[in-house]
Amino acid sequence: MKRCKVDKKLGWKELPEGDILEAGTAKNFKTGDWRSSKPIYHPEKCIQCFICWINCPDSSILTKDGKIIGIDYEHCKGCGICARECPPKVTAITMEEERK
Amino acid sequence: MKTAKTGNEAMAEAMRQINPDVVAAYPITPATEIVMIFSQFVADGLVDTEYIAVESEHSAMSACIGASAAGGRVMTSTSSQGLALMYEMLYIAAGLRLPIVVAEVNRALSSPINIHGDHSDTMGARDSGWIQIFSENSQEAYDNMIQAVRIAEIAKLPVMVTTDGFIISHCLEVIDMISDSDVKKFVGEYKPERFLLDIKNPFTLGAIDLQDYYFEHKMQEAEAMKNSGKIILDVADDFKKNFGREYGFYEKYKLVDAEIAIVCMGSTAGTTKVVVDELRAKGVKAGLLKPRVFRPFPYKEIAEVLSHLKAVAVLDRSDTFSAYAGPVFTEITSALYTINYELLTMNYIYGLGGRDINTEDIKKVFDELTVISKTKKIENPINYIGVRE
Amino acid sequence: MKDIIEIRWHGRGGQGAKTAALLFAEAALSTGKYVQGFPEYGPERMGAPVQSFNRLSDKPITLHCGITNPDYVVVLDSTLIKTVNITAGLTDAGAIIINTEKSAAEIRKELNFQGRVFVINASKIAKECFGKAIPNTPMLGALVRVTNFLEIDGVLEDTKKKLEKKFSHKPEIIEGNIKSIKTAYEEVQGG
Repeated sequence: MKRCKVDKKLGWKELPEGDILEAGTAKNFKTGDWRSSKPIYHPEKCIQCFICWINCPDSSILTKDGKIIGIDYEHCKGCGICARECPPKVTAITMEEERK
Repeated sequence: MKTAKTGNEAMAEAMRQINPDVVAAYPITPATEIVMIFSQFVADGLVDTEYIAVESEHSAMSACIGASAAGGRVMTSTSSQGLALMYEMLYIAAGLRLPIVVAEVNRALSSPINIHGDHSDTMGARDSGWIQIFSENSQEAYDNMIQAVRIAEIAKLPVMVTTDGFIISHCLEVIDMISDSDVKKFVGEYKPERFLLDIKNPFTLGAIDLQDYYFEHKMQEAEAMKNSGKIILDVADDFKKNFGREYGFYEKYKLVDAEIAIVCMGSTAGTTKVVVDELRAKGVKAGLLKPRVFRPFPYKEIAEVLSHLKAVAVLDRSDTFSAYAGPVFTEITSALYTINYELLTMNYIYGLGGRDINTEDIKKVFDELTVISKTKKIENPINYIGVRE
Repeated sequence: MKDIIEIRWHGRGGQGAKTAALLFAEAALSTGKYVQGFPEYGPERMGAPVQSFNRLSDKPITLHCGITNPDYVVVLDSTLIKTVNITAGLTDAGAIIINTEKSAAEIRKELNFQGRVFVINASKIAKECFGKAIPNTPMLGALVRVTNFLEIDGVLEDTKKKLEKKFSHKPEIIEGNIKSIKTAYEEVQGG
């Protein structure tokens, strides 16, 4: 997995003024390696209710053409909220231990 | 057009002519009238302002910060405990580099409870990152408000324009008002580079900023304050070109050839001018320096303009309770020291809680300066005047 | 004439001492003078003794201290003589204008004051002219006469304009006040 590299911290002359951060910069920080447990997506069980997508705090539920297709492991921190929120009769996401 | 206005009316009229997008305010004496008059302008449809009546000054400044970050031209007014209650948010407004303008009516802080004019409230906020502009009278309060909008927006720093509570805020005086259309032209339209309601260019404002970035952002703030000096002078130049009245970092009154001088801010400077005239008529070379801009503190300019004097008295309308001296005195003496000027300098703390200072009090200060300028000796550098023994 | 004329108004909360000082200042401005008008702010209650002040000059006024040695003292309520030192700071060169039924000689004796004393029954004039015993506008008329600093016609015109803003729905109040200023201007006595 590639880590985001910050080559050089900006000095005060280059930084945008007033504590401004551009939107979407979290994308550059690959937080996937923080994970100790890993969500596994089981597409055959998924009912496309999008409850996991709504609840994921790191926008790591991947979608395509309006459907959930899997998990963004580059950013997923393994919090397990998606597995917890997936309806009990569905269990389309389960957690397992991360093997690094 | 010449008209009679109290300090509060003058500042409210300036706000009407500026026509800000948002005013969020909570009333407090003696600034109450400013927002009261302004809310009438809103009710009468004379301005397009969204007026937010909030539940405290902390909320007033919070709402101003939100509205300013969203991209609006934002103003409010306060005084005393009200400014003190804003304290936490003042730093945030400055740190986020939001050009909010506050009409601040200088007033004592409790306790004891007192609603009258002194500089304690404004001096309490002197290190909050706000530009501070003091006004001697209603005319200056009005002119300073109009200039403050442009200064704030170019410097990307908040500005407080102050008048002395009651002495100016409730004194009817003759002022020369500028036409609505000329004010509108002078302040122009506010076009922020970045603003939160600019949904096509989203950004995060005010995120956590730890050991690795906080200092850089604060450095930017310090630099902005440094650069604001030139902006203040440029805006004053343009103001003079348009409306004829002259402003700068300070006003020199018969100072150039003076031997002794008083340094004081706000309404007392006006009373001092009368005393200077009287002394001049008797052949005493007295003068006055009235700092207008206290933040940024133009230390080089002030030190230089005082350097030729034999003795100077700095009058402070607030105390630091440091067992040392008043805030203007400490700034001025440290400026003199920094530039390497040696000058006999006295401090007089006066007028706390609105205690009147009259021409006799000021004459006494000049008398003492005359003595010191001859003996070259200062026995008590820090003094209090107008207080009962 | 002195560079700056200073006036102190004495009244009771609700009698319009502040308004009178402000009206006088605005009337003076309309004749091209430089003015200040300011009240003394204390804990204010209806009926409590209050003061307000004016400065007038042909030149801009930079003084921003209190007025302790007025040239004129205007007293809206003669009962104040007993409770407030209305001659404080007033020299014998100064003048007092007082709202009273008594004669100038009686008042002079009561106050033990050697300067000029003027009397006018302003409460009565107010009552007759606009139905309320609020003496501030007639006292304005008396002051204009005694100071001889402003043109009465200019004062009447300017005060009318000011009152029209506040009382546009009650034209009889405006007319009554104007009449009361005129009457007091004509009837003030003493010297």
